[in-house]
Amino acid sequence: MKNIALTASLLATLAFGAQAQESPTLKKIKDSSTITLGHRESSIPFSYYDDKQQVIGYSQELMLKVVDGVKAELKLPKLNIRLMPVTSANRITLVQNGTVDIECGSTTNNSERQRQVAFSNSIFVVGTRLLVKKTSGIQNFPDLTGKNVVTTAGTTSERLIRRMNEDKLMYMNLISAKDHGESFLTLESGRAVAFMMDDALLYGEMAKARKPDDWAVVGTSQSKEAYGCMLRKDDPGFKRVVDAALAKAMTSGEATKIYAKWFTSPIPPKGLNLNMPLSEDMKTLLKAPNDKFFD
Amino acid sequence: MSYQWNWSVFLQPSASGDDTYFGWMLAGFQMTVALSLSGWLLALLLGAVVGVLRTAPHRMLAGLAGAYVELFRNVPLLVQLFGWYFILPELLPSGLGDAYKQSNPIFQQFLASVICLGLFTSARVAEQVRAGIESLPRGQRNAGLALGLTLPQTYRYVILPMAFRVVVPPLTSEFLNIFKNSAVCSTIGLLELAAQGRQLVDYTAQPYESFIAVTVAYLLLNVTVMTAMKKVETRIRVPGYFGGK
Repeated sequence: MKNIALTASLLATLAFGAQAQESPTLKKIKDSSTITLGHRESSIPFSYYDDKQQVIGYSQELMLKVVDGVKAELKLPKLNIRLMPVTSANRITLVQNGTVDIECGSTTNNSERQRQVAFSNSIFVVGTRLLVKKTSGIQNFPDLTGKNVVTTAGTTSERLIRRMNEDKLMYMNLISAKDHGESFLTLESGRAVAFMMDDALLYGEMAKARKPDDWAVVGTSQSKEAYGCMLRKDDPGFKRVVDAALAKAMTSGEATKIYAKWFTSPIPPKGLNLNMPLSEDMKTLLKAPNDKFFD
Repeated sequence: MSYQWNWSVFLQPSASGDDTYFGWMLAGFQMTVALSLSGWLLALLLGAVVGVLRTAPHRMLAGLAGAYVELFRNVPLLVQLFGWYFILPELLPSGLGDAYKQSNPIFQQFLASVICLGLFTSARVAEQVRAGIESLPRGQRNAGLALGLTLPQTYRYVILPMAFRVVVPPLTSEFLNIFKNSAVCSTIGLLELAAQGRQLVDYTAQPYESFIAVTVAYLLLNVTVMTAMKKVETRIRVPGYFGGK
């Protein structure tokens, strides 16, 4: 009896060893019993530090679901989690060179990035809009002609607004700040009249403001974008495990609960409610998880 | 590691459609050169004055100059930059501050960067100049004064012509530093060389090509500066002093 159990576990280890070898990332995670997670520092409410410098957020919780999935798949008794803050500018490189194994934050899945990294099932769908001061009188993108406008460097909004500036000759002065926090500082200090970014992040910045009531998210959405978790390219074994974990969270209703926690309930650091109900795109995604991107 | 090399990325039209990515790098290069040279000019002028004041036989002046040096030398460059860019406009009267903040952002970023780099480097230049003056034998100053020159005249005709030439080699390294330090200005959004490199990564997802190009550009820049400064050194070397002929 003892022998059978031993043989079975040996066989399982062998079979499993072969499978982990297919995926360099899974093998690395298994060998070191450590998974390195890339997170953002100020992407509210996706991935950010609370006032105790703990990483929290919608994407962070989903990433932890993925960690659970990986742990179960590798049958590891203990999986150490190493957290690594990344920025818009360095996240792709850090995933590619193996510094982080997976990054769930607010990273848009698009065709250029697909050439360098792989994306998991989408975790969120956003539109790009404007955050403005209510008294500024700015209602939509045409009102920005000749004004100072800020976006965060390295984002899809940056390229959209640059393109708009060229195509429609709007003579906007564009400022590219290094992160969303700095973009909002630029807006709040009066250097720019509008901050263009993914709407969910704009609601997040609003919640951080000294007086959230002074600000409003306006304008017609310029693009739809799907956020996904970034993984190393050419590692289908790992992607399969990540996708399965995310799909499970979505179809089981867990993701909907996580959504409600971060988008329709008070969140740290100020206990503000973003009041962003589930969009139609999000409902579709949660019903049928997929890794399609909008381009 | 799976990486797709693509050096032709520099010839592709850029995302804003009006230029190639090489054009972006070139624009960044020009910005770095303009920024560093302007900062260097400011640093040389201020540094020379402050350095001379530090050696002045006048307690208050020397003390003030010393405080200036310690302030700008000891506060991290990045903190200084944020001070000039984010904090200073808030200290202006609100009407003036708002008008300034609504002006062209590139102008604001450039101004803050030049002031920041200039003052930071000037503190270091001042120390070199002071060291240069103090390296001269005391007898030179005494001889000047004994000849009946006033103190300013002694500085003008005896001490400084020597001191400024003695400090050229250490100044070369400060000159090189200002080019490298200028990369800090990318943090406030100024599109200099490092920022354009980073932007290229964001837009093309080709980080290695872009970082290599940026490295080579800085290297070229600094080799050029070094070669030029070598020429200057040889030309102005004091005959019979420190290996001069």
